[in-house]
Amino acid sequence: MPATIAPPIKPARTDPTTLLPVHMKRSRPLFDRQILGRAVRDSFIKLNPITLLRNPVIFVVEMGAALVTLFLIRGLLQGTANIGFELQISLWLWFTVLFANFAEAIAEARGKAQADTLRKTKTDAVAKRVSANGRIEEVSASKLRAGDIVVCEAGDLIPGDGEVIEGIATVDESVITGESAPVIRESGGDRSAVTGGTKVLSDQIRIRITSNPGETFLDRMIALVEGAERQKTPNEIALNILIAGLTLIFLLAVVTLQPYAIYSVAAARAGLTPTVAVLISLLVCLIPTTIGGLLSAIGIAGMDRVMQHNVLAMSGRAVEASGDVNTLLLDKTGTVTMGNRQAVEFIPVNGEPMQDLVDAAQLSSLADETPEGRSVVVLAKEKHNLRGRDVSHHNANFIPFSAYSRMSGVDYDGRQFRKGASDAIANFVRERGGVIPAQFTEISDRIARSGGTPLAVSEGSRMLGFIHLKDIVKGGMKERISQLRAMGVRSVMITGDNPLTAAAIADEAGVDDFLAQATPADKLAYIKKEQTAGRLVAMTGDGTNDAPALAQADVGLAMNTGTVAAKEAGNMVDLDSNPTKLIEVVAIGKQLLITRGALTTFSIANDIAKYFAIIPAMFMVTYPALGKLNIMGLANPQSAMLAAVIFNALIIIALVPLALRGVRYTPQTAASLLRRNLLIYGIGGVIAPFPGIWIIDRILVLLGLA
Amino acid sequence: MTSMGLLQIGLYFLVLLLLTKPLGAFMARVYNGERTFLHPLFRPLERMIYKLSGVSEDVEQRWTQYAGALLAFSFVSFLFVYLLQRLQGWLPLNPVGFGAKQATPDLSFNTAVSFMTNTNWQAYGGEVTLSYLSQMAALTVQNFVSAGAGIAVAIALTRGFARRQMGTIGNFWVDLTRGTLYILLPLSLIGALFLCSQGVVQNFSPYQEVTTLEGGKQTIPGGPAASQISIKQLGTNGGGFFNSNSSHPFENPTPSSNFLQTLYILLIPAALTYTFGVMVKDTRQGWAMFAAMSLLFFAGLALCYSSEQAGNPILAGLGVQTEPTDSQSGGNMEGKEVRHGIASSALWAVATTAASNGSVNSMHDSYTPLGGLALLFNIESGEVIFGGVGAGLYGMLLFAILAVFIAGLMVGRTPEYLGKKIESEEVKMAMLALIACAASILVFTAVSSIVEFPKDSYWNPPGAGTANLNNGGPHGLAEILYAYSSGAGNNGSAFAGMNVNTPWYNLTIGLAMLIGRFLIIIPMLAVAGSLAAKKLVPATSGTLPTHGPLFVGLLAGTVVVVGALTFFPVLSLTPIVEHFLMHQGKVF
Repeated sequence: MPATIAPPIKPARTDPTTLLPVHMKRSRPLFDRQILGRAVRDSFIKLNPITLLRNPVIFVVEMGAALVTLFLIRGLLQGTANIGFELQISLWLWFTVLFANFAEAIAEARGKAQADTLRKTKTDAVAKRVSANGRIEEVSASKLRAGDIVVCEAGDLIPGDGEVIEGIATVDESVITGESAPVIRESGGDRSAVTGGTKVLSDQIRIRITSNPGETFLDRMIALVEGAERQKTPNEIALNILIAGLTLIFLLAVVTLQPYAIYSVAAARAGLTPTVAVLISLLVCLIPTTIGGLLSAIGIAGMDRVMQHNVLAMSGRAVEASGDVNTLLLDKTGTVTMGNRQAVEFIPVNGEPMQDLVDAAQLSSLADETPEGRSVVVLAKEKHNLRGRDVSHHNANFIPFSAYSRMSGVDYDGRQFRKGASDAIANFVRERGGVIPAQFTEISDRIARSGGTPLAVSEGSRMLGFIHLKDIVKGGMKERISQLRAMGVRSVMITGDNPLTAAAIADEAGVDDFLAQATPADKLAYIKKEQTAGRLVAMTGDGTNDAPALAQADVGLAMNTGTVAAKEAGNMVDLDSNPTKLIEVVAIGKQLLITRGALTTFSIANDIAKYFAIIPAMFMVTYPALGKLNIMGLANPQSAMLAAVIFNALIIIALVPLALRGVRYTPQTAASLLRRNLLIYGIGGVIAPFPGIWIIDRILVLLGLA
Repeated sequence: MTSMGLLQIGLYFLVLLLLTKPLGAFMARVYNGERTFLHPLFRPLERMIYKLSGVSEDVEQRWTQYAGALLAFSFVSFLFVYLLQRLQGWLPLNPVGFGAKQATPDLSFNTAVSFMTNTNWQAYGGEVTLSYLSQMAALTVQNFVSAGAGIAVAIALTRGFARRQMGTIGNFWVDLTRGTLYILLPLSLIGALFLCSQGVVQNFSPYQEVTTLEGGKQTIPGGPAASQISIKQLGTNGGGFFNSNSSHPFENPTPSSNFLQTLYILLIPAALTYTFGVMVKDTRQGWAMFAAMSLLFFAGLALCYSSEQAGNPILAGLGVQTEPTDSQSGGNMEGKEVRHGIASSALWAVATTAASNGSVNSMHDSYTPLGGLALLFNIESGEVIFGGVGAGLYGMLLFAILAVFIAGLMVGRTPEYLGKKIESEEVKMAMLALIACAASILVFTAVSSIVEFPKDSYWNPPGAGTANLNNGGPHGLAEILYAYSSGAGNNGSAFAGMNVNTPWYNLTIGLAMLIGRFLIIIPMLAVAGSLAAKKLVPATSGTLPTHGPLFVGLLAGTVVVVGALTFFPVLSLTPIVEHFLMHQGKVF
């Protein structure tokens, strides 16, 4: 059987906007017709002032819109209304509320659409329950309780979440993961968890159900993507306080403007005090409607982006925390390095011919189906031109590896070829009267120090040399780690290896620290130590013994293939079971926070231009001299005010895609991120409305609307 | 702007800069309870005070206890000052014979609040209202302790940042005692002696009747002025001994006395930034505060000085010489002492409004519209440009919290400042303080600009709220706005130009002062308590750096933007429109 060495992983192709690997994306267009339709409908439903009360900024806009509309109606009845102007203002104020509702609705609609898809797969399967007397009875899946035992055969839908207690099977989990290739689920070990709704493709397994109806993983997943359980995250709450406070300040500024206007009109003996429509227009333009309208959409979209990477975040809080992570615990095997070690070099001892060493190494590995064993055969062939041989007719007796002997090999034509741990092989040689050369320990240590594993090779009493097995660090790992460092995240490699080996691999991968010979207890202690020092810790895990650490970590990413205990302990589940994704999750968390900050800054910065549009317009008659503040040269007071209100409404819609997609994030230091984002969203936010309002003003004049 | 003027300003700022570090380091030692060179002198006295008042020096307070102690102390101070004024007629050291007739209930309330809150708004004229005892035992004492209390709050907040997972933020009584004893007393003593040497009066003589050269009669007031003036500058109190404050030759006779007084305005507020840096164990953080404050200070000074030097175009149009020459300063000299000239008047005016001091050496009401705008904005931006002793630092930290909260998100982490997470509690308290301050200025000004009273009513004998104004148009509104801004900002300077000694104004300005003092102090102490209990997040390259030029710009920008967004509408109806009108040939 030809063995292959997995090719080194190329750095994943990344999406330019998020820097996340493209192949992982569960792509869904930002808008499609069905989602849009639902969102538009929901925008109107959300006009209900009681539900809108949750969003104080937009609630104030709605109250303002209602007030302007009331005054318009009163004016119409009394025949005093400035119909063209007041009607337009009131319409645009309503649009402002609708646009803000739409932003939230579209973010929710995307989740709901996905939840619908999931719900469709939740057909009521028939479960084959093993009753107390051992007989199999057919019951509805919804009748299953935790602790029940069921049997599933090829073609059956697994009726509920559970743990395989007997057997092995291939399972199609595409419902959950979107990945069509089947996965193996077997009893014992860390691949025992199965999820309700997935399908057994081959063989038969017995499953102990672990969840009650309505509490299954699929149920939780539906609730999560639908946003039914969405709670505001701590940062969102704080931001809400900020923008509510700003709203109050602007309310004060606008309400007190009326007495100042009364004074000024009396003092100048010219003009009129502003109407309610004008005052409310000013208020709505000033209060942070942009961020107020987009805030919850940003949060929902953040969770959605995590979902698109096939990671299920149990709460928005977890996503937010991942942006704050200071320390990332990465398991060596599978995350930092490729799953298996590979033979990279043969080193003869004591002047033994290379040819004999390679020959013995290959023979002892021919029957060794472990990846390490296969890599020896491959190396022998590629480096030393030694082809694989069929030795079965030579009356060969293969000795498999055992934890007790710690060696494997073959007895063949009366010769004994062995390879294994250095001390085990040394004993084996000594027992047969051989001598261990002085060089032996030195070479063994040298390999270990370089991060490799020395595998001694002997034939009978002859010590031939070593195979150098090496952990292969994943391609691009070093770059990822240095990106993390730039983001201020320390990466720590966790391994069961001895400190010498661990240090060498840590050095090669460029991680900041490592924990060697780590037991689950060590891992937990390390997390606690980091947290005491004020750091936030993220980790991945799949085994039951990882559960305490997963629960302790601020971000615990459990592998979907892992045990139920691990999945319950973590606050995120990676459906692809790809531990490297932890790095992406951190990036998404950061992107979410940046988007929030950027749009808040933009929203506040916009106000400056609006003042320049509205204040001179309000007092054009009372103080014509204030016309000097009309630096945009807006046509007339009405066009100026309308333009500001329209700009304020349209900017919400214009920024919806940005809120859903998140602002561009590239890993870099905080200082350069701040400089860049302040420039774009701060300075840009000050400048952008000037041309924007000016253009709208021109259009209004052209259309004869003002 | 003349080169001589710029040189004066440059020298002033250089001396301030040089004193910031040594004084700041000294103050840090005092508040950390470390030994200083003054200990042999004051330590026994300090111990005695604790013994007499039953304060246990080593027992720290939670923020609520700290705030409680401060409030209790302030209330007792208020009562003491109020009663002393009302009863001055029966008390000694009253050679002129002032009584309760001069110190009316509403005026005494206003004055008591004013000095207790470190505002020193003076609705009265000192030489025609108060006995020497009232001046010394009530007002001068408050000049010390209200300043000491202000610094204590700033120190408590600083401890909030510096500590980790602790329930307490210090002991108010200890902080108050140490600040007064080791910092305010020695410095004010030095200042008073220096001022005496320059000719500032310090006596208990009755007022002198003299015959002038022209043969007229003039009353020459006296009194223990030097001792009050030194601390009024040092403690950013600003309440003058005489009505015309530091433009009076008995308060401020020479260029040297003027220099020292201007220096004393900003001395402690500037040094506190360094103290802050020492206490949070990163002096760069303190210098960043200093830099942000300086940036705003110079922006205001540039606007004020250039506007004053440019003068009034209407006068220039009439052929009046407004260019500076060797023999005269040019520019707008109305309301300014000729001996001070434009530069040192503008410098003082900007310093005194930036620092919530409120003493004046020129009349702010007479400034050009833009010059006045700079002063108004200094106050309305929250008195954080160096600010009042202590108040400036805790006010600036409030803005730092806001700046970090908004911009900090843009680096992709939940916001943190000096290793402390800024969360709902901090944002809530910062917004509360901001809203309270804005509300007290905007609402009281709005009400006063339209409120109607019958003529000769108790509340406001002149009639409507606007009847007290000497000027009409936008300038009149600016006078009301300045009065409440000054009250809420605990500044105490006035545009004057209006009669504020009526029950209505005494009461409402008094309320503005109370709001501006305690609705900032209490939230800030709450922040201190919340921060002290938090863990310290170690800084990494992913942490927003808060010591570089970028943050300095961001912080200064936040102060300007928040102030501008809140006050732009009313400012556009006051100095801004007045400026445009002046250029159209119309003044008020």
